[in-house]
Amino acid sequence: MRDWLRSILLPAEGTSYAGSVDSLFFFLFYMGVFFFLLIAGLLTYFLIRYRRRGPDDRTPYIVKNHKLEVVWTLIPLSLVIFIFFWGFHTYMDAAVSPGDAMEIRVTARKWVWEFEYPNGIRSLNELHVPLNKPVKLLMTSEDVIHSFYVPTFRIKQDVLPNTYTQLWFTAKEPGMHRLFCAEYCGTSHSDMLGRIFVDDEKTYNEWLETGGDEGKDMPLAEFGAMLFKSRGCNTCHTIDGTRGEGPSFRGVFGSQVKLQDGSTVLADENYIRESILRPQAKIVAGYQPIMPTFEGMLREREINALVEFIKAQR
Amino acid sequence: MADVMALKPGVGGQAAPNYLTASRGLKSWLFTLDHKRIGVMYLASVLAAFLIGGVFAMLIRMELLTPGPTLMSAEAYNKAFTLHGVVMIFLFIIPSIPAALGNFALPLMLGAKDVAFPRLNLASYWLYLAGALMGVVAMVSGGIDTGWTFYTPYSSSTGGAVSLMTLAAFVLGFSSIFTGINFIATIHKLRAPGMTWFRMPLFAWSMYATAIIQILATPVIGITLLLLVMERVFNVGIFDPKLGGDPVLFQHFFWFYSHPAVYIMILPGMAVISEVIPCFSKKPIFGYKAVAYSSVAIALVSFLVWGHHMYVSGQTPVASAIFSFLTFLVAIPSAVKVFNWLATMYRGSISFQAPMLYAIAFLLLFAIGGLTGIVLGTLSVDVHLHDTYFVVAHFHYVMMGGTVIAFLAGLHYWWPKMFGRMYSEKWARISAALVFVGFNLTFFAQFLVGSRGMPRRYYNYLEEFQPLHIVSTVGSWVLAAGFFLMAGYLYASLRKPIDAPANPWGATGLEWQTSSPPSVHNFDHVPVVTTEAYAYATETEETTVGAR
Ligand code: HEC
Ligand SMILES: [Cu+2]
Ligand SMILES: [Cu+2]
Repeated sequence: MRDWLRSILLPAEGTSYAGSVDSLFFFLFYMGVFFFLLIAGLLTYFLIRYRRRGPDDRTPYIVKNHKLEVVWTLIPLSLVIFIFFWGFHTYMDAAVSPGDAMEIRVTARKWVWEFEYPNGIRSLNELHVPLNKPVKLLMTSEDVIHSFYVPTFRIKQDVLPNTYTQLWFTAKEPGMHRLFCAEYCGTSHSDMLGRIFVDDEKTYNEWLETGGDEGKDMPLAEFGAMLFKSRGCNTCHTIDGTRGEGPSFRGVFGSQVKLQDGSTVLADENYIRESILRPQAKIVAGYQPIMPTFEGMLREREINALVEFIKAQR
Repeated sequence: MADVMALKPGVGGQAAPNYLTASRGLKSWLFTLDHKRIGVMYLASVLAAFLIGGVFAMLIRMELLTPGPTLMSAEAYNKAFTLHGVVMIFLFIIPSIPAALGNFALPLMLGAKDVAFPRLNLASYWLYLAGALMGVVAMVSGGIDTGWTFYTPYSSSTGGAVSLMTLAAFVLGFSSIFTGINFIATIHKLRAPGMTWFRMPLFAWSMYATAIIQILATPVIGITLLLLVMERVFNVGIFDPKLGGDPVLFQHFFWFYSHPAVYIMILPGMAVISEVIPCFSKKPIFGYKAVAYSSVAIALVSFLVWGHHMYVSGQTPVASAIFSFLTFLVAIPSAVKVFNWLATMYRGSISFQAPMLYAIAFLLLFAIGGLTGIVLGTLSVDVHLHDTYFVVAHFHYVMMGGTVIAFLAGLHYWWPKMFGRMYSEKWARISAALVFVGFNLTFFAQFLVGSRGMPRRYYNYLEEFQPLHIVSTVGSWVLAAGFFLMAGYLYASLRKPIDAPANPWGATGLEWQTSSPPSVHNFDHVPVVTTEAYAYATETEETTVGAR
């Protein structure tokens, strides 16, 4: 019954913390259903039983009943106090991280998530974490407020531009979990999505070494198309010719690009590469210099794949 | 408006002039000091605002019919939900019951000739117009995309007419403060002889509580929005970290007003329900004092719960805990009211005219809104649900299922008094049913979207959420159909000659002792109050329902 209800009401449980939040959620759910049925039931009964029969109806003078009033004040009061303590208890579980948690830095900016691991490796929009190991995220934003939200873990924390905020979890479900930005942050707020990969120790360490073998068997352009989305290029660029925060990739390659300083430059492979790694070096005329640098965040093959992908957008 | 109002006089054209026909022309309206006319002007204005806000709502729902682009760009969508929120909250809900219905009914219910400060009342309406005008200019000159919450530093850095829109909200705030001042003074000073505090209709108690919040909380949002404008225009660093400010400070300021503002919106709804249920059950309200005091309790405690909007904002866990605890406390008086209303119906003689249908809908929807509020007040559960569609659904159940439905109850209740005309009961029932069904389709689906993890303010969404979004969008069409129908029969009623009796519902309030529509001075003789409010049955004498 609970599993069935959960599949309707809630996402899967990716941490044991999620399980404890859900227990409380279901308590609240059943309590809510009970009180709603009580109110709706009484209401329906009264509406039928005491409907007007005619102008000769007489109604009694009933304006107080202290016992009843005390009861219907105290019962909800004790219930909510109980709920408060339960909710506080689970909340504190999430607030205090264990001392041995592995620390990962999170930087949010319009509209990408960047992760930096203890060994200096960085990744974009993809967080890899080991199974059953506590992980602590130390988060900050480079622009406006974002919010780090993983529904399957039942955790959420705003990411602020002037302070570090933190979050921790111990993932117990291997596989992919979704990450959303939950605080409205502008045009591509709803595309500021990420994925969290929970792997066993061995796969995780391998990934840290090699950066994983994602896209290994894919042709470059196809791999590039995937990165275009997973690395968040699509939050600013389109491939159908419409203008976003940045220029569309359609027809860029091989064209003469007008720059802000009035000069023009031929969009060849090197220009594209430079635009990705050092976007501030040459600013396209008519756009703000808001593109983040991807230097150190993309592997060589990923850069090649993106260049190939942009080349293919004629 | 003047045309519709310059109505045919009563039967045979002989009747003494009422407040609608006493003078003519646009000027006689715009410069009137009559609380009834100001109420009617407010009513026309808030209904226009409701239409605009509603159009934005329909556009939002249309866009969300499919994931990805459906109808508009992401930028346009962000503006649409911002304007929907700003218009509905500042131009519609906040003034809806107090300034439109309350302005009209409150002095009548107290047996007064007018509000205490008629000029201030007119000033309030003019400020409302000015604020609305500024809002419209902001809308067409670039719009804004900050969300109605104006969170910094997004709002201090984004483009568009943010400064103008915040100034509009600032001006509207004063219009709301003026109404509040007027109501407090009116309730203190202008009650009819014999109307002690505990003989006042509960409507007045709730309006009093609302006015307290309007006066004490609104200045805070005014100052906050001014600070935001200063930051945008003069680069004074207050909220934007780039200038040395603190963005979370804005949230504290904002919710210090906006949580109490939720009660500025819902208390008047409760006020209407406390009138309608006794009248259509033909029984005195159960637990008069409990209902009256609970309004005041809500008003006071509501100032201390703002941090429940900020459990994940980085505020300390201790602060979150305190706010959560107080939030639960403020839930109790609301629950008590619901039980009191139910008990009022017990052994009543219940009839089902339109106002009562809306009151019944209110009880059901407000119960859902309140119970899901408990869910959201709970710390760890809110962490999951915060900023998801669950919150969107919750506040629509409270604000629309609660306040707007209560507003409709009040509108149908006092309509015959305001305009002297009965609307078609049959169409009113059909429309109420459409609104009820449409509302639940639209917003119930959103609880599920939210608890399954879809954040709010999303232009794009995962495909797995689409079926529920389709239900919600179709629901919005049903809802819209209900409202168009309502506009139709209400308009049609205005085109008939005056046909409403002074007291069509057999109600006890003083407003029903004068003609429909009332004369300019409300009462021919100062009414004298000798009984409690809601004397539908008394301890001593037995009256039949038909005798009222
Ligand atoms: C925050 C928005 C943003 C994101 C994210 C972003 N860009 Fe950009 N990009 C821009 C803007 C704005 C410009 C134009 C101004 C400039 O040249 O810096 C631009 C320019 C470019 C150009 C030059 C285009 C031309 O017409 O000359 C390339 C190539 C490019 N980006 C590739 C990428 C790739 C690949 C990614 C993802 C790895 C990416 N961008 C992510 C905003 C963004
Ligand atoms: Cu966001
Ligand atoms: Cu609140």
